[in-house]
Amino acid sequence: MLTVFSFLVLALEQEGGGSLIDVNPGVVFWTVVTFIFLLLILKKFAWKPILIALDQRENSIKESLEKAEKAKQEAQKILDENQANLAKAEEESKKIINQSRIYAEKLKDQIISESRSEAKKIIDEASAEIERKKDAAFDELKNQIAEIAVQAAGKILNENLNVETQKKIANRYIGEITKN
Amino acid sequence: MFLSQNANTTVVVDTLTKAAQNNSDPSWIMHHVLDGHSISFEPFGTLILPQFHVFGFDLSITKHVFFIFLIAAILIIIALSVARTYKKSIIPKGFANLFEVLIIFVRDEIVAPSIGKGYESFLPYLLTLFFFILLSNLFGLIPYSATVTGNIAVTAALASISFVVTQFAGIKSHGAIRYFKGLVPSGMPKLILIIIIPLEILGLFTKPFALCIRLFANMIAGHIVIFSLLGLIFIMHTIYVAPVSVGFALFIELLELLVAVIQAYIFTMLTALFIGMSVHSDH
Repeated sequence: MLTVFSFLVLALEQEGGGSLIDVNPGVVFWTVVTFIFLLLILKKFAWKPILIALDQRENSIKESLEKAEKAKQEAQKILDENQANLAKAEEESKKIINQSRIYAEKLKDQIISESRSEAKKIIDEASAEIERKKDAAFDELKNQIAEIAVQAAGKILNENLNVETQKKIANRYIGEITKN
Repeated sequence: MFLSQNANTTVVVDTLTKAAQNNSDPSWIMHHVLDGHSISFEPFGTLILPQFHVFGFDLSITKHVFFIFLIAAILIIIALSVARTYKKSIIPKGFANLFEVLIIFVRDEIVAPSIGKGYESFLPYLLTLFFFILLSNLFGLIPYSATVTGNIAVTAALASISFVVTQFAGIKSHGAIRYFKGLVPSGMPKLILIIIIPLEILGLFTKPFALCIRLFANMIAGHIVIFSLLGLIFIMHTIYVAPVSVGFALFIELLELLVAVIQAYIFTMLTALFIGMSVHSDH
């Protein structure tokens, strides 16, 4: 440090006024003039267009980001709406299915009960018919038996009794038989 | 003269003669860092620059003035070519991208936080300042060129411009009377004002003075160290010290690269801060 300083002092003496801290007014003048021209030229032709371009770009980036955010929100909204609609539709369809199931159940019950009563009716009718037929057959059978019995009795007793009296007697007996 | 065969560093041919003449004569260092009326391209020759005086003022184009012109021209070419790329596409490529990074750095990291609202009107000045100092500092590292920011006249001029801009910014935003009144803290007893007012006026000039000295000293120091290290080879009359000298000089040179950027940043940052202080001066 001291050496450098002594160098400076020596230099000051030997160069004859040309010292490190010697301010040359000419250099100051040229520096100021150059700097001002540099400033004016650069301001007009360089900094202004560059800074404007930077601003534009920053603004466009900002705008696009905002736009993207907006679009994202819109898409989210639509998605939500769609989901809501879907859920609604699902619910609707569930309701419809449930309703139809209930209806079908009812219909089934009704059909079953109807057919059951129909069958019962048919069975009843059939049994009534059978009963009637049975009665008719029984009557016929009674008549035939009575006739056979009369013929048999007539053959046995020969012409002792007339047909009318024998029929009365036989009927009485047969009536006793049926009651028994 | 036998040393000239060993000199692989072309920087110092004029050094050799002087060193050979007298080992204790340090003027060769000064010869390198000081301003002059010639640009030395030894061993290829020397360009003698014209000298002229206007109204008693020495307005000669000295070595440093020549390099200031050169740097300004280069800066204009670079900045204009970068500005042109934005006409083609809003997205820069290659070199323009690097330039844009620096512009955005100055705008968002230096100017906007230091000045605050209304920083846009100072942006062209501070950008010009930053790039001019940066380019000047970096130019000083190129062989055969000169470090113009190592000339106290140049840094004084830059600091003066910064001072003028700062004062005008304050006057413009507050009005002349309110601005100068605002420099002095309000509600002071009159007796203390007698001390405070000269102090504040002194403080006004200390700031640009510090700017001037800081940049000048930082730029000149590294160059003197580099040159002294290389000069050891010739002072000691031996080639064996060369590896050490070159190694150290290389280290300082790399350090200078860092310093070049840092000093450009600091000068711009402090100027922006001073502008911000005078724009929002509410003592």
